[in-house]
Amino acid sequence: MAVFVLNFLAIFSHPPATFHFLSGTIDKGETNLMPHDQSENETMLAPPKWMTRFFTWFCNDHLADAVLGDLLELYEWRCVKLGRRRANWFFLWNVLQFLQPFALKKSNRSINSNNYTMLKHYFKVSWRNLFRNKGYSIINISGLSAGMVVAMLIGLWIWDELSFDTNFENRSRLAEVMAHQSDGDISYTGTTVAMAPGIALREQYGDHFDGLSLASKNQSHVLSYGDKLLSGSGMWVQKDFPEMFTVRMTEGSRNVLADPSTLLISSSLAKALFGDADPMGKTILLDATTNFAVGGVYEDFPHNSTLYGTRLLLPWESKQNWMNSPDVLSSWTNHCGLTYVLLNDQANLPQINEQIKGLPQPFITGWKEELLIYPLAKLHLYNGSIDGQSAGGRIQYVWLVGIIGVFVLLLACINFMNLSTARSEKRAKEVGIRKAIGSVRTQLIWQFLSESLTITLFAFVLAVAITWLALPFFNTLADKQIVIPWGSSAFWLVSLSFVVFTGVVSGSYPAFYLSSFQPVKVLKGVMRGGRFASLPRQVLVVIQFTVSVALIVGTVIIYQQIQYGKSRPVGYSRNGLVSVSMNTTDQPGLFAALKNELLQTGAVEQVARSSQSAAHFRNNNSLDWRGKNVESEVFFRNVNISPDFGKTIGWSIVEGRDLSNELASDSSAALLNEESVRIMGFDDPVGEVITFWGKKYNVVGVVKDMLTQSPYDPMQPAVFLGDGWQGLITMRLNPDMPLRDALATIEPVFKEYNPTAPFEFSFVDEEFNKKFADEERVGSLAAFFAILAIFISCLGLFGLASYVAEQRSKEISIRKVLGASVATLWKMLSRDFVILVTISCFIAMPLAYFFMSDWLQNYQYHTAITWYIFALSALGAFAITLLTVSFQAIRAAVANPVKSLRAE
Amino acid sequence: MKGTYLGEFEELVLLTVGILHDDAYGLAIVDELEKQTGRNVMISSAHKALVRLEDKGYLKSKMGGATESRGGREKRLYELTHAGAKVLEQSKELRNSMWSQVPKIVWEGSNL
Repeated sequence: MAVFVLNFLAIFSHPPATFHFLSGTIDKGETNLMPHDQSENETMLAPPKWMTRFFTWFCNDHLADAVLGDLLELYEWRCVKLGRRRANWFFLWNVLQFLQPFALKKSNRSINSNNYTMLKHYFKVSWRNLFRNKGYSIINISGLSAGMVVAMLIGLWIWDELSFDTNFENRSRLAEVMAHQSDGDISYTGTTVAMAPGIALREQYGDHFDGLSLASKNQSHVLSYGDKLLSGSGMWVQKDFPEMFTVRMTEGSRNVLADPSTLLISSSLAKALFGDADPMGKTILLDATTNFAVGGVYEDFPHNSTLYGTRLLLPWESKQNWMNSPDVLSSWTNHCGLTYVLLNDQANLPQINEQIKGLPQPFITGWKEELLIYPLAKLHLYNGSIDGQSAGGRIQYVWLVGIIGVFVLLLACINFMNLSTARSEKRAKEVGIRKAIGSVRTQLIWQFLSESLTITLFAFVLAVAITWLALPFFNTLADKQIVIPWGSSAFWLVSLSFVVFTGVVSGSYPAFYLSSFQPVKVLKGVMRGGRFASLPRQVLVVIQFTVSVALIVGTVIIYQQIQYGKSRPVGYSRNGLVSVSMNTTDQPGLFAALKNELLQTGAVEQVARSSQSAAHFRNNNSLDWRGKNVESEVFFRNVNISPDFGKTIGWSIVEGRDLSNELASDSSAALLNEESVRIMGFDDPVGEVITFWGKKYNVVGVVKDMLTQSPYDPMQPAVFLGDGWQGLITMRLNPDMPLRDALATIEPVFKEYNPTAPFEFSFVDEEFNKKFADEERVGSLAAFFAILAIFISCLGLFGLASYVAEQRSKEISIRKVLGASVATLWKMLSRDFVILVTISCFIAMPLAYFFMSDWLQNYQYHTAITWYIFALSALGAFAITLLTVSFQAIRAAVANPVKSLRAE
Repeated sequence: MKGTYLGEFEELVLLTVGILHDDAYGLAIVDELEKQTGRNVMISSAHKALVRLEDKGYLKSKMGGATESRGGREKRLYELTHAGAKVLEQSKELRNSMWSQVPKIVWEGSNL
């Protein structure tokens, strides 16, 4: 019957006119004319190879030869009758007609269809399981996706770190010149170099480079165009710079910086300055002194780039560039700028470094200095104590964070395994029945793997959503601008393999464990796997809590270290200190008038000017004094101050006196801090004379040490000089006036006295707190991960506890009937878990101690690791454990025993 | 009964195999069927029927009779089995017996 129907359908599926040939039939009466007399061109009469090959590929052996013979016979006849081309088409059509079950290869067919059915079945069963145990499913999926969120965030973070500076097309050939200075035990390697070495490199070793550019550091400049007044940071660079860094131009050309009156601006700055108008050729007034024409607009540098935030590229040759002076350019000791090189293809960096190493020494007395060129590609990640060879640095953080990510994901997977095996008893009967009706072990393994893959996929979708929502928060935390690369196929590929990996890893244990059950035992109901059946589960819980406790301890210690740094006495008062930079304070009388007016507003209590903010002293120079040991050079932080500076910031004088406004001679007076006095070895410093850049200063007093550098380093020597450039105004605001009002009051005053610059201020305490940014970032990240790890562990514990409570519900009921109190039952149920957590604490603490004391060694001033940190962490772990377990334990203990006992 | 039921097309194929006797292979069967019935027969349908009939045990086959015109490939030559001959017989008898039971009047009526 079926054959009939098929024929019937086949007949009507073709238009009648062509039917005759399409159906592969031969005209009646002409059969005898079948060409048995085929001639010399016999070899030509074959259909395209791929068609025959296709046919033999799908057709089973029983038919293949016979049918192909028939088809070829027909084909030859058609070639004669209809021509080759049409015969080919008919042949293909005939081949396709055989794509029917009866002609296909048997073995393939049966396995395929069975697999398909089984897979469908597996997914159906896992779907049902998911919904039958909603509680477990929620715990499982949320735990797993929490782990995935962490792994994904960390993955994106690591990717961002590794792709640092990849926006430069010549990244592999770009390098930066560095100076390695050493003096006795102290050594320092940095990218801040003098300008003469760069010029020497260009002259003597120029054939190794495709480009070389001296550059200033990023400095803030004031730009004005029409009424618009903006500040933006930029670098003075030489003409090769934009080409070396393949700056992406949106308008204009890269090669315009040879002209000293042309600059390049970033598109964000162009937008801010000109709006939608065409910026090309417009004239900008820079720092209220020089006009520049806009020669081009470039795309802003991305966040993960060395040049991030550089919104102006200024021509080195401009008169406005203070570094472009013979003094600076010929100096080997004035470390004030940067030097970038683009190596050419043949350049052998180690060899070049060997050659240039000794360049600076002939020009430098007092300390040792070597020159080296370091590839930009490594500078970001391998920036720790570079001295010719690469060393650690940021890459260690990348490793550390990566390891944490893997661990948290592992925790989540462990959870999943734990819950699945815990539930195995529930599904043991299912396994027994499946095996009894003929499932083989492989099929069961596949079933449980597909089940875990389904859950993993769910968790992944959830995790992507959470990651997307959490990214802004994470970006602030990590100081990044990461986005999810939705369009990147690599991202999805990695995610997919990640899902499969997680699914297989987390599903493997239940898959292999459950499928190993013996059907007879299981169906009889004996499921006790002996004394060690629960051992793997316990081990997993111990691992989880070890990681959690270690993370808690680590986080606490990091925060303690930050707190330790913050609570160090700073030696002055930061509250209400505001600083405003103002280049024009040198004009005679201007500062006095400004100061007067500011004081009159009542918003300000003290005003002073200085060369540097009290939050951070940047300058570092050598000076001479009586009895100085010429052999060893010491650098002093040198700060130029007006006489009110000390009063304004509230320092304390230990010896002698502060500078005074009344004494004109104080312009050649100096103050030392205690550390300087110690280094200079003066018993009675007041009255001594120091020489700085050829000028003599009388020491009139000693200032108590102030914390102005890294809060984890020892106090550093500093000198305060009564003259010199003082372009920074520091004010102490009136504490009685609200901050907003005070700022609003002083703004017009600055507008009046400093009309060419925007009113931009910074709070000294905020500036100071930036010193803690790195540690705080690590701390927040560690806290974030610790919380997630605890969350995941608790979910696991919760699931396990509820399982145990359910397993032992009969036992609990009987105990209750026999008179056990709720407290006793609670104790009984919680005890096992408390033991496990105790074990984890004992493993975690030495580990945490070891790693954290190593970390603290990075800081000269560091907190001590005390026993109570461990005690508190352990206490916290126990509290969390008990809370989690008790919920289930008490619920089981107060349940009505009749219910559970009647059930059978 | 399933599996031994003989469809109309299958019956025709069986008969054709009988007619062709010792040269009953796919293409010849198609050719003969078209000649005898005037229908157009697809070569795949013929092969499908042959496979089924062989499965049911009404036909047996062997390879042989390669010619150059077939690219040197052998034919699968079919032959009626005892069961095949018997089932054709039964079919014919069934028809005859049913024919004889149709009242004469029906034939006369249909002639009108």
